[in-house]
Amino acid sequence: MLKEMNILIVGVGGQGTILASKILADVAQQQGYDVKVSEIHGMAQRGGSVVTQVRMGEKIYAPIISEGQADIILAFEQLEALRWVHFLKEEGTLIVNRQVIEPVPVLLGLQPYPAGIIEKLKAHVKDVIDLDALDIAGKCGNKKAVNVVLMGVLAKKMNIPREVWDRALDNKVPARFLELNKQAFEAGWMAG
Amino acid sequence: MRALLTGNEAIARGAYEYGVKVAVGYPGTPSTEILENIAKYEGIKAQWSPNEKVAMEVGAGASIGGARVIVTMKHVGVNVAADPLFTFSYTGVNGGLVLISADDPGMHSSQNEQDNRNYARFAKIPMFEPSDSGECKEMMGEALKVSEVYDTPVMLRTTTRIAHSQSLVELKEPGEITVKEYVKDSGKFVMIPAHARQRRVIVEERLARLKEYAESCPFNEIQMRDARVGIIASGAAYQYVREVMPNVSVLKLGMTYPLPEKLIKDFAARVKHLFVVEELDPFLQDQVALMGLKVRGKDLFSNIGELSPKLIAEKFYSLEETRDFVEKAFLAQPQAWALQDNIPVRPPVMCPGCPHRGVFYVLNKMKLTVMGDIGCYTLGTLPPLEAMDACICMGASIGSALGMEKAHPEMRSKIVSVIGDSTFMHSGITGLLDIAYNKGTTATIILDNRTTAMTGHQEHPGTGKTLQQEETFAVDIPKLVQALGIRRIKVVDPFDLDNLQKILAEETEAAEPSVIIAQRPCALLDKSGGKPLTVDAGACIGCKRCMKLGCPALVAGPEKVSVNAALCTGCGLCAQTCNVGAIRKEGEGIA
Repeated sequence: MLKEMNILIVGVGGQGTILASKILADVAQQQGYDVKVSEIHGMAQRGGSVVTQVRMGEKIYAPIISEGQADIILAFEQLEALRWVHFLKEEGTLIVNRQVIEPVPVLLGLQPYPAGIIEKLKAHVKDVIDLDALDIAGKCGNKKAVNVVLMGVLAKKMNIPREVWDRALDNKVPARFLELNKQAFEAGWMAG
Repeated sequence: MRALLTGNEAIARGAYEYGVKVAVGYPGTPSTEILENIAKYEGIKAQWSPNEKVAMEVGAGASIGGARVIVTMKHVGVNVAADPLFTFSYTGVNGGLVLISADDPGMHSSQNEQDNRNYARFAKIPMFEPSDSGECKEMMGEALKVSEVYDTPVMLRTTTRIAHSQSLVELKEPGEITVKEYVKDSGKFVMIPAHARQRRVIVEERLARLKEYAESCPFNEIQMRDARVGIIASGAAYQYVREVMPNVSVLKLGMTYPLPEKLIKDFAARVKHLFVVEELDPFLQDQVALMGLKVRGKDLFSNIGELSPKLIAEKFYSLEETRDFVEKAFLAQPQAWALQDNIPVRPPVMCPGCPHRGVFYVLNKMKLTVMGDIGCYTLGTLPPLEAMDACICMGASIGSALGMEKAHPEMRSKIVSVIGDSTFMHSGITGLLDIAYNKGTTATIILDNRTTAMTGHQEHPGTGKTLQQEETFAVDIPKLVQALGIRRIKVVDPFDLDNLQKILAEETEAAEPSVIIAQRPCALLDKSGGKPLTVDAGACIGCKRCMKLGCPALVAGPEKVSVNAALCTGCGLCAQTCNVGAIRKEGEGIA
């Protein structure tokens, strides 16, 4: 049995990180793992920086991941990848969506959006997967499916059979969006 | 069956499984989802009350009537409910009553970080503290039982990490909802001084009996491992300790008031070094120390903010007697490159198309002193709107505006208060009555977006629907305001900036109190939205006036402004701020 796997999902309020964590937790449950998920609601939902922490394994106590303890960080946005990367284990995997969402200080012109984020991450982290998930989601028919594209990439990286993921999608995605999301997941799986 | 539930969902499930009939509260992060989930269970009467005091009173009535009851609120809500709570401690219950206090260490979504365990001691009632979702559910059952056996309201306290974290829970079939017989007993339930003096003694006797119960409470447990180090912990802190120091002995407390003195002394006698690990106040530590035991804790851990596994690891690694027990992985220091100094912060913002934005824009422009309140619109204090001078607690805006006017009569026409529709129902009405009755003259702006937006769109008496989606009447705010004694009442569209400014100027000048109701549904509910706006780059002179709105759909380029069409709802506020007519709806010509 898997001793322990820590996954940090980071992004911007409104990007759909919560559905992603639900799918992941469902997968963990199907595998018979103990699982804990932690997220913060409230004011942070209004376009702020959001983080969801998923821990799975034989026996999990704390619901939160400590700095330097994440096996995988799934970043829905570049700047958020940079903001949270210090939570990654030295040998961990960073999956980063190249999408840019400018925070208010940048929109107001008070601060620049940092340049060369992806290059910087690649220079320091051995295992970086970067992709334009927004574009891939758009090609699948709806840019809102960007979260499920990224789940596909994450799924490919984890050592869990594909059919478990498919069942998790069936369990967690509302029926009317299921077809679109299955396509998006497949596209992510292929891109990963 | 095992299900993955948040602490809030598990509390709701516990209420269902253990026969709760009445569930009542007021929304507030991180407590909100408890009632939202209870509302779905058949057989339970669930409702939002206008505020926590009323919720507590409804709960007390249902309990006196014999039903099992859950009352939910966030930590600051207990301040509002404290008046009925303290006396309900004297009367005791008929059907079991559990008051949930969802505390917020670290203030993820709150204006302060009070430790509501202190309320249990203050009100002299028992306190339960679950450490994961499974315990949230099971402690509901135990707390209801304790409430009935010991004739007392019971508090169950979660923190954000418990309320909003998910863990696996074993689901059981719900028990039957039984309502006890109601028998009139004024000696117990009417707290005139003569009766209260009798009950006062019973409260102390009850506490003594509860102390006995605490010794055998199934949620208080000694876990002996290595006897050199013993740690007392509850809630999330317990889980962190187990993770970071898997081999030390632990006294896990699920009931944290009153404390099991014998159990604690027994544990202390069996370990060499005794510690308490707890978030916020030294609530446990002080009581343990008063038992005459040598204990450490708050000299290592701050009484500010949340604990974390890493923090606990670092502190215990710094002590010789505990160093060897710490899992080294938690000491890993982030690499320097990964800690960036200049990452732009990403604060929460008012949504694109938010109807409150225009009001704050005008308030800022008019340089008014704005006494504010709790809700999304508190964000009107952040740059670039920066249009709020104070914000204390739910409902404080109107009263504090009156106070400001009493202190500075010469500022009369410069002071306004802003309050949301839900907050006005919660505790703004009495403040407005005070302004009318005590001859204040400030203008009160009710930001009426037809919902409780901040916590995720709950119903309130102005929306015309109950929590369980029954149709009901909707309060007519203008008529209500009129009945409170306000004669000047204006209803305005917050998207019409010129008119808004004109009305504000008139109403602040008036020598009597006035109410301006800025009415537009929340942008997250109103999906009707117009076409996005565009900027004519040829016409834009780069003055960036429109950027003062702080709308996330507007992007300030080095010279010109542009619109992010994916975010823009077409509210048109920015077009009104543009002096050169460069911003317009798609397909429209230059004005």
